[in-house]
Amino acid sequence: MSTIELVGVSRWFGNVVAVNDVTMTIGPGVTGLLGPNGAGKSTLLGMMSGFLPPSSGTVTIDGVAVWRNPSMYSEIGLVPEAEAMFDSMTGEEFVLANARLHGLPDPQSATLAALEQVEMLDARDRRIGTFSKGMKQRIKMATALVHEPKVLLLDEPFNGMDPRQRMHLLALLQRLGSDGHTVLFSSHILEEVEDIAGTIEVVVAGRQAASGDFRSIRRLMTERPHQYSLSSSDNRALAAAIISDGSADAVSLTPQGLDVQASDFGRFVHALPRIARDAQISLFDVTPADESLESVFAYLVAR
Amino acid sequence: MNVVVMRLALQSLLGSRRAWILVGLSGLLFAVAALSRWGSGGAVDVSTGVITNFGFGLLVPIMCLLIGTGVIAPEIEDGSIVYLLAKPVPRRTIVLSKLAVAMAVAVAFCVASIMIASEIAGDVDGQLALSMGLATALASVAYVAVFFMIAVLTRNSIIVGLLYALLWEGVLAGYVPGVRAVSIRQWALAPAEQMVEGNSAIAITSEVGLATGIIMLAIVTIGSVVVSIQRLKVLSVRVSD
Repeated sequence: MSTIELVGVSRWFGNVVAVNDVTMTIGPGVTGLLGPNGAGKSTLLGMMSGFLPPSSGTVTIDGVAVWRNPSMYSEIGLVPEAEAMFDSMTGEEFVLANARLHGLPDPQSATLAALEQVEMLDARDRRIGTFSKGMKQRIKMATALVHEPKVLLLDEPFNGMDPRQRMHLLALLQRLGSDGHTVLFSSHILEEVEDIAGTIEVVVAGRQAASGDFRSIRRLMTERPHQYSLSSSDNRALAAAIISDGSADAVSLTPQGLDVQASDFGRFVHALPRIARDAQISLFDVTPADESLESVFAYLVAR
Repeated sequence: MNVVVMRLALQSLLGSRRAWILVGLSGLLFAVAALSRWGSGGAVDVSTGVITNFGFGLLVPIMCLLIGTGVIAPEIEDGSIVYLLAKPVPRRTIVLSKLAVAMAVAVAFCVASIMIASEIAGDVDGQLALSMGLATALASVAYVAVFFMIAVLTRNSIIVGLLYALLWEGVLAGYVPGVRAVSIRQWALAPAEQMVEGNSAIAITSEVGLATGIIMLAIVTIGSVVVSIQRLKVLSVRVSD
C-alpha cells in the first residue's frame, strides 16, 4: 500500500504557471486525474514520476521525495503518453530489457507474466514498430507492470484505444486497484473516468478544482447543459423531431447542420437514434461539442 | 556499467540510419584516398595532407558527432529515454554505459577508416597509418564525450556539434593562433607528431606539446562526462507528447 502526497505543489515554466499550489493525497485504489488539455495533468504526473522538480512544495511517495531519487522507480510503474519505444525490438525483448533494467531476479518469467496480464503473449515475437496503437499501449503497460510496482502512473492511457482495448485496460486497472495498488491515470474525458475511478481529482488551469468520489463530481458535471453538433440528411425535419420529442431544450440550425442543447444528456443520447429512425433521417455526424469541455470545467470551478 | 543499457545503445546505434551515413562517410574517405593515390602516385606528403586535413580534421569529428549524439539524442528527442530513466539505475551508470558503447564504436570505426585510407592514399612502412590511427583513437574518445554532453544539454545537438566541429575546429583553428591550441584536433595530433618525428616525408604537426595534448584531452573528456552525468540527473523528460 502506497500513498502519493503532494503538499503545496506549484510548478512554473518561465513565467507560465502550469501547476498552482496543489495539495492532494492519492491512496490505494484507482484515481482519475481529470482536466482539460493544458490543465497541468502531465506536469503533475511528471512531478509524481520524478521527471520534473516542483518549483515549490513537496512531492513524496510514502514520505520519500521522488525527484533525483532513481531508486524510487522500484516502486513506480510509469506509462508515458509518448508512443516512442525501441521500435526495432520485439515486444518481448523490450519488456525483458525493462525487467533486466529493474534488476529482477527472474526477468524472463516476470516478462511473460506481464505480457500475459496485458494479453500480449501471442504478439510478443513481433517487432514493436509493427504494432497498432492499442498494442503499443499494452506493451507500455507491460513494461510498467513487469516489476510489480506499488504505484502505477498512466498519462492519458485511453487515448486512441478502441472500445475493446479500453474495456480490457479498464478491467486491468480495476483489478490492480482492488489488489491494493495505487493507480493514478490522467484523462480529459469525463466518461473514461466514470467507469473506473473511485476517486477523482479535477484540475483546471493548474489548480485543483474538485476532489472526491466520482458520483458527486459527476452530478456537478451532468447538471449542466450539454451541447451537440449534428448533421443529417434532413436537418430541418430532424430539428422539428428533436424539439417535439422533448429530449432537448434548444435546437438551432447552422450551415453545417444542427446545434443541440440538452440538459438531460443521458436521455438525449438515448433518444436521438430513435428520433432519427422514426423520422427516416440518416445521421451523418454526432459530435459532443468538444470545446465545451473547457466550459464543463469552467462550470465546475465557478461553482 | 549496465549490460542492458549498453546493449540497447549498441542496438539503436547500429540499427539507425546513422549507421549508413557512417558507412557512406567512410566510403567517401576511401574514394578520396584512392583519387589522391591516382593523382599523386601515392606520394606520402600528399597522402598525409589528405588523411590529416580531410579524414582526421573533417570526417572524424563528423563521424564522432553522429555516434556520440546517436546513443542518446534520438531517445531524448522521441521521449523513449523515459524507459531507461524510470528505472532504479543510477544516472551515472546510464551515462557511462552509453558512453562506453559510443566510444568503442567510434574508436573502432574511425581508426579503421583512417588506417585503411592511409594505406590506400600512400604510406611509408605503415607510419602514417599508425600515427594517425593513434591520433584518431584519442580524438574519437574526446569528441564522443563532448558531443554526448552537447546532446544532453541541447535538443539541437547535431547543429551545435556541427558548428563546433566545422567552425571552431575547422575554420577558426585555421586562422586564429590562440584557437588552434584549444582544439581536440591539435591535442590529439601531439602524440602523432612525436611518433613520426625524424621521418621527413610524413609531416604531422601539432600546436601543442605531447604532455599538454594528453592532459587537455583527459580534462575535456572527463569534464564532459561529469557534466553529462549531472545533466542527466535533472533532465526533464516529456512524459507526454
